[in-house]
Amino acid sequence: MPDVSIFTDHFGIYMKGFGNTIWASVIALLGSFALGTIIAVFRISSVKPLRWIGTGYVEFVRNIPLLLVVFVFYYGLPSLGVTLSGFVCGTVGLMVYTASFVAEAIRAGIMSVPSGQSEAARASGLTYMQTMRHVVLPQAIRIVIPPLSNQFINLVKNSSVLSVFAGFDLMYYGDQVAGKTYATFDTYIFVAALYLVLTLPLSFAALKLERKLAKNG
Amino acid sequence: MKKRNWMTLGIILTFLATAILAGCGSNDGGNGNGNGGTGGTNSGTNGGGNKDANGGANGEAASALGDIKSRGKLVVGVKFDTKLFGLKDPASGDVEGFDIDIAKALAKEILGDETKIELKEVTSKTRIPMLNNNDIDMIVATMTITEERKKEVDFSDVYFKAGQSLLVKKGSPIKSIDDIKKGTKVLAVKGSTSVDNIKEKAPDATVLEFDNYQDAFSALKAGQGDTLTTDNAILYGMAVQDPGYEVVGEPFTDEPYGIAIKKGSTDLLNSVNAGLKKLHDSGEYDKTYEKWIGKAPSGE
Amino acid sequence: MDITGAFSYHNLIFVMKGFGITLWVAFVAIVLSFVLGSITGTLRYMRIPVLSRILGVLVELIRNLPLLLILFFTYFAMPDVGIKLGVMSSAIVGLAVFEAAMISEIVRSGLSSIPIGQIEAARSSGLTYAQTVWHIVLPQGLRRMVPPIVSQFISLLKDTSLAIVISLPELMHNSKIVIAQNFDYTLPILALVAVLYFAVNYALSLAAKRLENKWV
Repeated sequence: MPDVSIFTDHFGIYMKGFGNTIWASVIALLGSFALGTIIAVFRISSVKPLRWIGTGYVEFVRNIPLLLVVFVFYYGLPSLGVTLSGFVCGTVGLMVYTASFVAEAIRAGIMSVPSGQSEAARASGLTYMQTMRHVVLPQAIRIVIPPLSNQFINLVKNSSVLSVFAGFDLMYYGDQVAGKTYATFDTYIFVAALYLVLTLPLSFAALKLERKLAKNG
Repeated sequence: MKKRNWMTLGIILTFLATAILAGCGSNDGGNGNGNGGTGGTNSGTNGGGNKDANGGANGEAASALGDIKSRGKLVVGVKFDTKLFGLKDPASGDVEGFDIDIAKALAKEILGDETKIELKEVTSKTRIPMLNNNDIDMIVATMTITEERKKEVDFSDVYFKAGQSLLVKKGSPIKSIDDIKKGTKVLAVKGSTSVDNIKEKAPDATVLEFDNYQDAFSALKAGQGDTLTTDNAILYGMAVQDPGYEVVGEPFTDEPYGIAIKKGSTDLLNSVNAGLKKLHDSGEYDKTYEKWIGKAPSGE
Repeated sequence: MDITGAFSYHNLIFVMKGFGITLWVAFVAIVLSFVLGSITGTLRYMRIPVLSRILGVLVELIRNLPLLLILFFTYFAMPDVGIKLGVMSSAIVGLAVFEAAMISEIVRSGLSSIPIGQIEAARSSGLTYAQTVWHIVLPQGLRRMVPPIVSQFISLLKDTSLAIVISLPELMHNSKIVIAQNFDYTLPILALVAVLYFAVNYALSLAAKRLENKWV
């Protein structure tokens, strides 16, 4: 059994990290959703250069490791004169990385709506935006939600890379506690428990939502 | 026909997995850890297993030295990223430094041959868990002897005297520890004594901790912090690596380095101490010291 | 920036050595995770009492933890229960277990997508349950699983980089050593690393697409 006093004695440190992990995740989540949507729109745009940018972004970013993305922000950008903290680099890196997956999910959702439907909508006098809003998106969302919720759970887990860049997240403070107590196993058991507190409810919610959507579909 | 294809695929995959699993077990020492060791052979792949087998209630203390001897190889945890003490050279693939030479001398003392050694990379964060897991026989990795650590491991006699200091970019306004003000970003390494010391001596500083010295030094170069703190000897190594940086101020702590050994391994500890004493008596210690530390901009 | 210095012969060899370790670790972990994940996923799908439940809980636990933490556990905590692995084996086992949990989810939901009518038909024509799964459900399900499984393989290859926390001398680790020599090497080396990861992963995803088009 892990020694509970490790957790209670360092409760403040654990919580600091826990809070920062939540912060980084929420910011990166909102950011990646916004950025991912833009990239998705670029990818299906009829304007060729936009499509190239969108496709290039998705194909490149999702094929390189997150660690490398954050590494470039943290150690690479300063040689171009921009220095950002580990927390910022980690969060922005997480956002940039996750956006490529979000964009793919959204694009797949939109493509799943038969083009005949939007053509019909356009023919019946709806504008492009109206077609999107009333015809395409409501149907696409059903396809998009399961992969999207998975991406967001991944995002929470991936936020642990902040620890490599002095990003003050849960893992970083876990390292501190382990360094102090030398009780490696026990220390990280509590780190694990705190991650599960975040990810398990998310997973269950995602599963429920997925089942509900499948039923209604 | 199709069904049979699937079955064949399944069988092939299973075979492949088994084969690779088997292969990977015996490959491990060679690919993963054996690098850097001058004689990093695979002969001791089972070493860990033997050790575990002997490490019963009665065994651990008495058998540590015997284990090393029967295995014929000393497994030492050293830094791979610390100039002057333990640095892996990308050109040659060898790990070199003061700690490495000390470790080799101990291998010669214990096993009669300085090439009967395997060097494994440790960081300040990973070294104690690795020792306690029997991954390594001893730590020779710029490790300060502290009361706290003595509860976890046994230490040899002091083999090097360092003191904590500061490294800054040349021309920095920070000239000593007194210049560390509120908001000054100090870079350090996870699990090192420097972190606790700096928090005590300069409580207003923002301390950023990294996994190893490479990352911390890269962060200093990238402007992610104002100064890097650790033992002066390590900092001198960084200043040698990049002359754009200098060590400032007097050392503000005493950091006596010891060789860490798993608790209770008295016979091994004794032979390490005997080995260190011999090194001093024969003058070889001074030669090694001169070879590595004598190069430092201003010796100890 | 110092491109010629960064790409000196020694540096390139050193980085490529790391790349070799990355590929090897990823390859072994991919094979292991595929086997382990398929078995676990199938067992969960078959709803064997107790066993499927236990596996379900395990998969959920592993899936919901950061890989960084799992690598740490395989390296530092397994010895506590008597299993001692080297750096490379720990990395392989940690990666394989984590990705196997992901793959088992893919396999389970892929199998579940086969209409129940087909299974009933197979059963009534005299096949046992295991035979039905093996001959009817698995071949069809596998086809649907190929795209997500390949993206999981790509994830795995990228995730090998996290093994730097246990000092595995892979691509990222070795590049960092090169960068530490001279700060001007940072961007050229990082660009090279990105190209290497991209090349392998993009090739993998193209191969997956071809496979998909051929089957579907």
